[in-house]
Amino acid sequence: MNVVPLILGIVILASAGTALSLQNIVRSVLLLVLSWFGIAAFYLWAGAEFAAFAQALVYGGAVSMVVLFAVLLTRRGHLDTAVPPPPPGRLLGALLAGGAVAGVIAATVIRTPFASSSDEIPVLAVRRLGTLLMGPHAAALLVTGVLLTAALLGAVVIAAGAKDDKEGAP
Amino acid sequence: MNTLQLCLVLSGLIFGIGLAAALARSSAILVLLGVELMLNAANLNFIAFWRFGPAPEAGTGVLFVLFAIAVAAAEAAVGLALVIALYRHQRNIRLQDATRLKG
Repeated sequence: MNVVPLILGIVILASAGTALSLQNIVRSVLLLVLSWFGIAAFYLWAGAEFAAFAQALVYGGAVSMVVLFAVLLTRRGHLDTAVPPPPPGRLLGALLAGGAVAGVIAATVIRTPFASSSDEIPVLAVRRLGTLLMGPHAAALLVTGVLLTAALLGAVVIAAGAKDDKEGAP
Repeated sequence: MNTLQLCLVLSGLIFGIGLAAALARSSAILVLLGVELMLNAANLNFIAFWRFGPAPEAGTGVLFVLFAIAVAAAEAAVGLALVIALYRHQRNIRLQDATRLKG
């Protein structure tokens, strides 16, 4: 068994678990960025460099900034970034649900006999990825581009809000 | 337990953390972050199966992850725009208070 994914896994799990249990939402986001970078490091270890860089750029760079902007735009006071803890009943239910799903997945994976895995890291050059994206998967690439454009335009429209929000209010 | 199983168990645990956060927290932003974490766990599965699978030269796992990251970015943008719209209407982002459509 390899040590690298074990260490990366501990880092990812610790930072994600801590992030989502904190009261301060800005600290949550910053710790989650660490866990996203851990996942990018995992991709790097697995030999998927392009996916690792995409993960680091999109999550570490873009999504984290968008989330921080949303935090800053939706706070009321100057230092109002604290979120009250969930009531004990809901917390217990959520932990039970998450633990049950993780436990079922882990038990199934451990009891499933997988074929002995090769230890050599596969090589997928960026040139080959580009050929695949432009060749057999060109339609999917186009659809993703259209989806991104539509989603971002929609996000701008939703976030900007209708003008009559202020004027038409009774 | 071999390395593939370790990766899959790790992915399952990340998914569990994301699910627990999405169910427990009341702030819409934290719920969205939990959903993002679950998406990341799914991506980790794809990469693990690609890494240890029989035909890595086809690159299917990596391509799927790239598309999933693009879709997750779109989802995050729309989700956070919805959070801002929610804030404009009710002056907070508590999901328990978003009951305007309740019958």
